Amino acid sequence: MLTQVLSVFTDYTFQLVALGTGIIGLLSGVIGTYATLRKESLLGDALSHAALPGIALAFVIIQRKELMFLMLGAVVSGIIATAIIQVMTRNTVVKLDSALSLVLSSFFGLGLVVLTAIQNNPNAQQAGLNSFIFGQASAMLRRDVQLISSVGLVLLLLVVVFWKEFKCYTFDPMFSRSLGFSSKIIEFLLSMMIVLTIIIGLESVGVILISALLIGPSIAARQWTHRLSGVMILAGIIGFMSGVIGTLISSLGVRIPTGPTIVVVVSVFVFVSLLFAPKQGYVAKYILRQKKQKLFKKRLDELEEAKQ
Amino acid sequence: MSMINEITLIAVVVAIACALPGVFLVLRGATMVSDAITHTVLLGIVLAFFITQDLNSPLLMIGATLVGLATVWLIETIQRSNLVSNDAAIGIVFPLFFSIAIILITFYAGDVHLDEDAVLMGELAFAPFRRLDLWGYDLGPQSLWVMFIILIINSVFIFFFYKELKVTTFDPAFAAAIGFSPVVIHYALMTLVSLTAVGAYDSVGSILIVGFMVGPALSGYILTHSLNKMIGITVIMAIINSVSGVRLAFFFDTTIAGMIAVVTGSTTLLILIFSPKKGLFQHQISQNRARRNLNKEIEKMA
Repeated sequence: MLTQVLSVFTDYTFQLVALGTGIIGLLSGVIGTYATLRKESLLGDALSHAALPGIALAFVIIQRKELMFLMLGAVVSGIIATAIIQVMTRNTVVKLDSALSLVLSSFFGLGLVVLTAIQNNPNAQQAGLNSFIFGQASAMLRRDVQLISSVGLVLLLLVVVFWKEFKCYTFDPMFSRSLGFSSKIIEFLLSMMIVLTIIIGLESVGVILISALLIGPSIAARQWTHRLSGVMILAGIIGFMSGVIGTLISSLGVRIPTGPTIVVVVSVFVFVSLLFAPKQGYVAKYILRQKKQKLFKKRLDELEEAKQ
Repeated sequence: MSMINEITLIAVVVAIACALPGVFLVLRGATMVSDAITHTVLLGIVLAFFITQDLNSPLLMIGATLVGLATVWLIETIQRSNLVSNDAAIGIVFPLFFSIAIILITFYAGDVHLDEDAVLMGELAFAPFRRLDLWGYDLGPQSLWVMFIILIINSVFIFFFYKELKVTTFDPAFAAAIGFSPVVIHYALMTLVSLTAVGAYDSVGSILIVGFMVGPALSGYILTHSLNKMIGITVIMAIINSVSGVRLAFFFDTTIAGMIAVVTGSTTLLILIFSPKKGLFQHQISQNRARRNLNKEIEKMA
């Protein structure tokens, strides 16, 4: 077993894929923190589904599986979806969750329609387009990892540069507006960053599960600290570790898909944090309650004795 | 019956069966919970399949419905702890269940006739091939019967518990005060959603079901203020969407469920823009009018 693990670690493909998924985990942990804090975590779910028609249509236009162009298509359809959701929730009576579910299913439906149409008109290049739905991390190339890391670097740089603007906008949008920060620009930048994070994760984790990566790490990190910087760094670490551990587990077995395994690892982090976090975790609360009960009983007994 | 008519009939029955519980999901703001359920019933189907080794067993339905209910319970338990926001609770539960299901399917892919693509996307075009034979008679497509029974269950439930559903949806506190338990009605509704999702998964696929549930109901929600009328409009929209979706899919030679989802999204958006009462257009016009009036008032004062 141990030699097997060691041999996996020295394997070039494993190193590459683990690095790639690790960086995706790190980024989605950091960027996802904004989404979960603004209580918009399911926006990521809708946007990832909405990226599918963009990918499919981009392929129809250029007829090649060029990752850059497919991602560009995904960005465009992601932005359109964001705009539709925002208009629906701001200017009409429709609630956010209805808007999300409608956009999610109709965009995903459009993606499937185009993908099926592509498959019915065979072109040698189309193979592997389906991998965007479930993700196929093992197919990651050196070029992909380079693209992921460069996009990631830009995103992290944006987080650092606009740290106080984003922070202020996340916790108190009204106050941020009154200080003179343009909420439109910040909002656009933030949703752009979420869309980009989703899109670089699509090929390896897939449309359906990428939202778990956006939500999970920051929820887990949130249980351990109350500082934004702390949550963000911890979420990044948890995301990175989930990516690497998930890839490791899936390369140990024969038929274990990488994307879902990463999601299971993230979920383990989340549930462990919810249960065992100090002060606010389930276990800590349970112990506290027991202690209080005991104290209360003791006090009652004392009063009883005093009465007699 | 010709193939296309049979497919249209199945599509219409599926669309109405999904749209009926959708009315209350939209009104309660619980549509993303139904999205979670439609994903997690897959785990129930897979687990029940491992026990029964038969894809047509009714146990699959029961198992999947139970997992759907377990999803709702887990989401609500996490929400009650106040450690995470409501939507994040949904977002951490369903990907986990769904991932476990996908891992199981892939791991046993050789021995199982469960295809992840089929489960996710579904294919209405194949539905007429699975026939229901009884004593040697061909009674029509199996999924038509299954969805028809689910449609009847949904309609009967809404018919008999209409006032309970209404009062728990619009004023849960009042409902509790006069003795209706909102929790019981809520879980009953979620059972229907799970059951509908399981019944529809092989023809529509788990992701598009939520569109079938939300789209028509949202159209009704935008067009009217009365619950009765909303249910009526929802059923009509479900029929229009599914019939035109099937036609368009045959025309473009592509996936039927996907096309119906696209049509549903488009009609709902159109209604959203042009609705006479709550539409975007109307909203813009009344806003402009208010601004003009305000300007006039200011000029008068000056």
